[in-house]
Amino acid sequence: MAEELILLNIWASPFGMRVRIALAEKGVDGYETREENLQNMSPLLLQMNPVHKKIPVLIHNGRPVCESLIIVQYIDEVWKRGSPLLPSDPYRRAHARFWADYVDKKLYSLGKLIWLTTGEAAAKEELIGCFKLLEGELGDKTYFGGDSFGFVDVSLISFYRWFNVFEHFGNFSMVVECPKLVAWAHRCAERESVSKCLPNEQEFFDFVVELRKKAMTK
Amino acid sequence: MSEVKLFRTWSSPYALRIVWALELKGIDYETIFEDLSNKSQLLLQYNPVHKKVPVLVHNGKVISESLVIIEYIEDTWKDTPLLPEDPYERATARFWAKFNDDKLLPSIWQVFVTQGKEQEEAIPVATENLSFIEEDLKGKKFFGGQTIGLVDITIGWMANLISVFIEITGINLIDADKFPLLFGWMQNFSDVPVIKESWPPHDKLVIKFRAIRESYLSADVPK
Repeated sequence: MAEELILLNIWASPFGMRVRIALAEKGVDGYETREENLQNMSPLLLQMNPVHKKIPVLIHNGRPVCESLIIVQYIDEVWKRGSPLLPSDPYRRAHARFWADYVDKKLYSLGKLIWLTTGEAAAKEELIGCFKLLEGELGDKTYFGGDSFGFVDVSLISFYRWFNVFEHFGNFSMVVECPKLVAWAHRCAERESVSKCLPNEQEFFDFVVELRKKAMTK
Repeated sequence: MSEVKLFRTWSSPYALRIVWALELKGIDYETIFEDLSNKSQLLLQYNPVHKKVPVLVHNGKVISESLVIIEYIEDTWKDTPLLPEDPYERATARFWAKFNDDKLLPSIWQVFVTQGKEQEEAIPVATENLSFIEEDLKGKKFFGGQTIGLVDITIGWMANLISVFIEITGINLIDADKFPLLFGWMQNFSDVPVIKESWPPHDKLVIKFRAIRESYLSADVPK
């Protein structure tokens, strides 16, 4: 039976990017990507993710998997080739899940306070604190996963294009505040799986500026 | 000396799911009750990031965040699996567990801690979320199938607290006519011996949650 794989995505989404990176890490490239518009969702999206009506959705042989980190784990469990994204040791797995969850719980919502508002100092301090904590967790390792690129790396590098958005609107410098994390991000960006999934820097920045304009005129 | 320690409060839904996971797998553990208004030094040392319970300590290794803890327990003790083997079914179980934490529980909580117009607006949100999980119970006794699994123990707090919420607010979100499958599930879940034995005392829960509701309502600033 031919395998059918469809990804419902939005080009700028960091969450969709996680799925694309995970698939690329596993050498899976024979899949169809359908670009969604959240203001005009396709019937397929509404059918496949009626609960959240969000992307990404990975449709594998007609069955939908939703929520980016759940999809990444699914990919890791189904496609066994390449290095596993989650380690095999239970404690190290728990550790990876904890930090990926931390990225999810903190980064996006804190980040929004930076780029959707006009420079709240407290939000900026909290976001920098969040990055420093992650940097502390990285330590001197090559990747969060140690020697191999793993679950936490996928979870966080998907926000790479957001770094200069945060810097710009938060008025701070990532390389000054967390140089090791920036070095890690550059390392990740050199991986083929990441570089081919990263949106164009200027295009992405302009896209966020537009979003911000629209949101702030409401 | 215990290998496994669980830091928790006596009533938290997040803590209870860990108790159930450990009990179902027959794991010996020691409970350390925390007073959240006066957190112990040990807790702050073990969970400096979130400063919350539950926290599991296994042979000195610290794990926090309840769903992360359950996956750890599942990875470490293989008896009585809480997740199915098939990757798609595992993804589905994880989806509903996350849905509970991100949407279902907060939406029901929102009904519980509000009144008047705010509460009226909160009810359809909770009801819609309940209708989503009602769908998932079709053709099954438990969310996990014939036996209880990750989703059951994650959503299990409802079987425990819905009756407490009804007593305090008079609002019944899980009406037997509207949600026959969920209603039946709550009964089936409560009847499982391991679950029944770890139920916090009803009266104590009523007192505690009544006080919580009152503190939310009195903190309400007129808009």
